[in-house]
Amino acid sequence: MSIAPAWYLTLAAILFSLGVIGLLVRRNVLVMLMCVELMLNAANLTFVTYSRALNDISGQIAVFFVLVVAAAEVVVGLGIIVAIFRRKAGATADDIHLLKG
Amino acid sequence: MELGALATHMLQLPHVNYTAIMPELILLGGMLLLLLVSALFKKGLPTEFYASSTVAIGIASLIASLVLYHDVEAHSAFNAIGHAIDIDGFSVLFLTLVSCIVIVYAFLSVAYLQREQTGGVEYYALALISCSGAMFMASANDLILIFIGLEILSIPLYVMAGMDQLREASGEAAMKYFILGAFSSAIFLYGIALTYGATGSVNLAEISAFLAKNVILGNGVLLAGMGLLLIGFFFKIAAVPFHFWTPDVYQGSPTIATGFMAAIAKAGAFAAFIRVFMASFPSLASDWQPILWVVVLLTTLLGATVALVQKDIKRMLAYSSINHAGFILLGLQAASQKGIGASLYYVFVYSFLVLGTFAIVAISGAKGDALHDIDDLQGYAKRHPFLATSLAIFLLAQAGAPFTTGFLAKLQVVTAAVEAHSYALAVIAMISAAIATGFYLRLVYKMFGAESSEAAFETPSQLQQTADSVEVGTSFSGIESDTGSAPALATLQGGVALATLESEESEVYGLSPLGKLGVSPWLATGLALCLGVTIVFGFWPQPLVDFANHATLLFN
Repeated sequence: MSIAPAWYLTLAAILFSLGVIGLLVRRNVLVMLMCVELMLNAANLTFVTYSRALNDISGQIAVFFVLVVAAAEVVVGLGIIVAIFRRKAGATADDIHLLKG
Repeated sequence: MELGALATHMLQLPHVNYTAIMPELILLGGMLLLLLVSALFKKGLPTEFYASSTVAIGIASLIASLVLYHDVEAHSAFNAIGHAIDIDGFSVLFLTLVSCIVIVYAFLSVAYLQREQTGGVEYYALALISCSGAMFMASANDLILIFIGLEILSIPLYVMAGMDQLREASGEAAMKYFILGAFSSAIFLYGIALTYGATGSVNLAEISAFLAKNVILGNGVLLAGMGLLLIGFFFKIAAVPFHFWTPDVYQGSPTIATGFMAAIAKAGAFAAFIRVFMASFPSLASDWQPILWVVVLLTTLLGATVALVQKDIKRMLAYSSINHAGFILLGLQAASQKGIGASLYYVFVYSFLVLGTFAIVAISGAKGDALHDIDDLQGYAKRHPFLATSLAIFLLAQAGAPFTTGFLAKLQVVTAAVEAHSYALAVIAMISAAIATGFYLRLVYKMFGAESSEAAFETPSQLQQTADSVEVGTSFSGIESDTGSAPALATLQGGVALATLESEESEVYGLSPLGKLGVSPWLATGLALCLGVTIVFGFWPQPLVDFANHATLLFN
């Protein structure tokens, strides 16, 4: 039994929207980071689906690059978060509000 | 037989033409060497060493870029590494620009880093990585490579924003920049995925060929992909309504990093933006031009008007940079050869202007990156005539004063807009420029106006006492009075910092041969480069205009 690509694309779109909504709604920085990961992986799923549908390998190769980039981003992101929240009790974005105009 | 089948299925590895990516390789290799050398010395080397190494690396990559320029001129534009890299007049212009940014940044940052007493190898290593990312973005002919370049450009900038560990605002800026940057990258990537699905390729030339062959009307996936790509770019160049991170990040970051970020992020993002939309989606121009029309309108007007009411110089300059982003987009909105040439010219001259402006703002403050209120510049011309005059020139050039590069840049984009029949937009952009002149002139007036009679003249010890008493007072009197006395406290602390600044300055600059000017030779050289580009090409614009216009002719 094969599942039509449209289902995968729909799933990816839903995951991406969840990521966007989560990032805009949630206030915990770690959860926001997870939402970014969700968005990146939704894009990956789209790449793989189209790669299969188009019978073209480059979409799947793109996924490898994205995985590496996502890992690098998380490393830097967690580093920044640790550097800030060493002085604070919890990782809540609303607690840091020095900059506003 | 099976072996034969396997052999035919072997991956065809592309031939790697190393000259095509030589500038990037020089920057990355130089960065690794710099980090290695700095790690060998436990106590760290003087900032001048890192700066001079960075200048050397920058000059090497500049030479490599000019060699590529010569190749393109002598032969023609060419593809390299499996059509992923495009070396044409356009990418060569940006390779040259980015190399110049590295060199100027290295000169300008020394005085600031010495004042802050940080070793500074990180500031240079991160800048080099970031620049190589911008170069990849400029020469990429493939959406995936553009994405990777974007990340190589952005990730070091997140770290640079948070380099000042002593100020909480710096960490906050880094986090805001990181979260929103990662968010926009993810949107951008999803846009790439949808574009790939709709056109069957991530290669810009193939996308363009596909769109030229097939007439696609109202394809939702393609339009959604293009829209998401647009949003990703709008975030990176800080166009309204995706600009809200800019003021916070510009204010919180170490000032010298802010200047670098403003120059390199705009250069890299605009390079990729222009290439993607002019090389891949020209046939869809009727779809993206109206969006750009609205965005240019909002960006120029909001940037100029909100900057008027800012109290912090860095925040004001952040809104001014938003205004400039609108002007650069104006050239792209025209979607013509002339418009692109004008945009390229604008990006080129703006990079030097913004580097010079932020370098002086950085040095005008006090240790700990303090005293960046507009009022703190009161009477700056008396204290530092050379720096104040240079800053005034940069600001006037940003405002578009004649005989500077800024004037011609604005003139060209507006002319391009008029030729593309966007009359209303051209008029609105000019109105925003007129409004923007207001806050640039306000800053100039502050610097050259009379010295204020406020806290600055009192002695530090008196101020410290008053500051202490205010602090005690606020801690006892609860929340309501806290909001009232906080500005007063800030002013008092500002006064203290200003008084200590005077003694520090003599420490930092007094020993230099250029002590009379109040600047170190490093800063003077960097400023001379920026001023040179701004004034010389203001009076004699032809070479730079030709360079920018030529880049569009050689557009592959």
